[in-house]
Amino acid sequence: MSTPAILDRKDFDSLLGALRDRGHEVIGPRVRDGAIVYDTVDTAADLPEGWTDEHEGGHYRLKPRTDKALFGYVVGPTSWKKFLFPPQQTVFRATRVDGQLRFEPGVVDDHPRAFLGVRSCELHALAIQDKVFMAGPYADTTYQQRRESVFIIAVNCVEAGATCFCVSMDTGPAVGAGHDLALTEVINAREHYFLVEAGSNRGAELLAAVPHRGATEQEINAARGGVAQAAESMGRKLETEDIRALLLGNLDHPHWDEVADRCLSCANCTLVCPTCFCSSVEDSTSLDGGEAEHTRHWDSCFNQDFSYIAGGSVRASTASRYRQWLTHKLATWYDQFDSSGCVGCGSCITWCPVGIDITAEVAAIRASDQRRGDR
Amino acid sequence: MSAPASQPLDPMIPRQFRIEEAFAEVGSGEVYSWRLSPLDGEPLRFAPGQFNMLYQFGIGEVPISISGDAEAAGLVHTLRAVGGVTKAMQKLEAGEVIGVRGPFGTAWPVAEAEGQDLVLVAGGIGLAPLRPAVYCALRHRDRFNRVFLLYGTRQPEDILFREELEHWRAQLDLDVYVTVDRGGPGWHGNVGVVTKLIARGGFDPANTVAMACGPEVMMRFAVMALQKHGVAAERIYVSMERNMKCAIGYCGHCQYGPHFICKDGPVFRFDTLQPIFDVREL
Repeated sequence: MSTPAILDRKDFDSLLGALRDRGHEVIGPRVRDGAIVYDTVDTAADLPEGWTDEHEGGHYRLKPRTDKALFGYVVGPTSWKKFLFPPQQTVFRATRVDGQLRFEPGVVDDHPRAFLGVRSCELHALAIQDKVFMAGPYADTTYQQRRESVFIIAVNCVEAGATCFCVSMDTGPAVGAGHDLALTEVINAREHYFLVEAGSNRGAELLAAVPHRGATEQEINAARGGVAQAAESMGRKLETEDIRALLLGNLDHPHWDEVADRCLSCANCTLVCPTCFCSSVEDSTSLDGGEAEHTRHWDSCFNQDFSYIAGGSVRASTASRYRQWLTHKLATWYDQFDSSGCVGCGSCITWCPVGIDITAEVAAIRASDQRRGDR
Repeated sequence: MSAPASQPLDPMIPRQFRIEEAFAEVGSGEVYSWRLSPLDGEPLRFAPGQFNMLYQFGIGEVPISISGDAEAAGLVHTLRAVGGVTKAMQKLEAGEVIGVRGPFGTAWPVAEAEGQDLVLVAGGIGLAPLRPAVYCALRHRDRFNRVFLLYGTRQPEDILFREELEHWRAQLDLDVYVTVDRGGPGWHGNVGVVTKLIARGGFDPANTVAMACGPEVMMRFAVMALQKHGVAAERIYVSMERNMKCAIGYCGHCQYGPHFICKDGPVFRFDTLQPIFDVREL
């Protein structure tokens, strides 16, 4: 969309300032509770300068880097979805007045936000949730309101984590679409700068308001080289060939029981997953009984109550719940939303307390395919 | 015949409906019906087979299919007191106001059966979601060939809409058969599962549209019996039930394989479910 520009590290704060001048709350990566999480960022000093994250199945550690990179980590336990699809929100408040009910929709906090540091896998996750919440016969108007005011500054990955597999899912590491600006961080002993590319007119306008200069070919190549290197160093791989038919043809595969022996059904994977969208509702009343609240909160297909109908839970066994999650993500998602529900971020692997690995489970089923032809 | 469904403005905010009449359908009221009228005067138009989300102040919301006549005034729901919300709702009396969202979901394709035999198979409370289809067939009786209503329930005391069933049974152009799993003193009717009634036949399988609603296991056997009798899967419709919170496709609860029961169903043509219908815990 535009010719690449260079933003020097020392000018990074002016980028944040320009966003704020345009009325955006800047949300970006911060170190908190031993992890890199997304929260309000005021200055570049809030960013995880000099930190990286170490990922493995059931393992996450922050580690100091040998340099002062601002985005030298992969992805943390929080995804952007919590800002657009909050973990808890009021659907409506009801009051009883003269024998009638008055319904007041919940207030939607849709103040303009800027997401700083969105990775390519996360951009794909946003696009997937956009489809879930806005493309159906009914739109989730609360999501829509929040989504419309978001400004996105994406960051190209120049290092891959040990649980990453975006290359398999064709969702990264290079930022493709859906952003306003895309940054690629280049850092070495001599220099520290960001290659900046606008992905929208809004992005180009913002860039114009920030000190920058044209990029040399050498600078562009250095940035592209980092992204290419990330693509070469994926920690995981998922063979996606024919995956929908493979999984739906193996609904009775014994491997589901094998996973269930390890799975704690704790729902961590669905909480960290940037595309999981399930929610439930709860009702409560004020102490005097005059006001009732209908609240929507995140739910998970791993909870036994999730599938409860008169007579019991449809998915009573852990095996059936794990199967539901995995086959939804990698197979039936295509039927519903015309894409995979997995973006290869690896979060479900990292944050699984017992390190269950979606790529390994699919590989195990593929290795002992018991397909029946009729699904 | 299939009235265009009215669309709610904000699909998550209920409209107010007053309970005009609340009455027990079975026993001391484990199954009960409400006749509802909208406070804003705007009737809720629906097609047979669709459902609403019913909300009781401070208690919660439940998906309940509409059991009344789509072409008559008033909205009728039939509920079974089985969970926290439906048990609390059982105590509501005429005059009280509840919230209603809807209608949602797919409808019984009654028009598709025109010029053919219509076979309705109901099990237990499954008669309630099918009743609007019965009303529709009765209102436009001349559009169908033979019309069968095959109803099975647990025991004679559980027979739903009994007076109406007897009234329909007296009609000469309607084949109404009722069976119970367990008879007992005073019962001299059919005993056995509803599939036995299907086996009796009487309909032309190549020119039949069948609609089944009831417990999943009952529908499984009903479909098998219909297929055995020569009715193709593309001519059989079933109504599915799953947990449901939003009714508009994004809470995720009602997923059944690739389908969302709330928007792709609850009424499905059986051949679309056939590949997954025998998978346990899906």
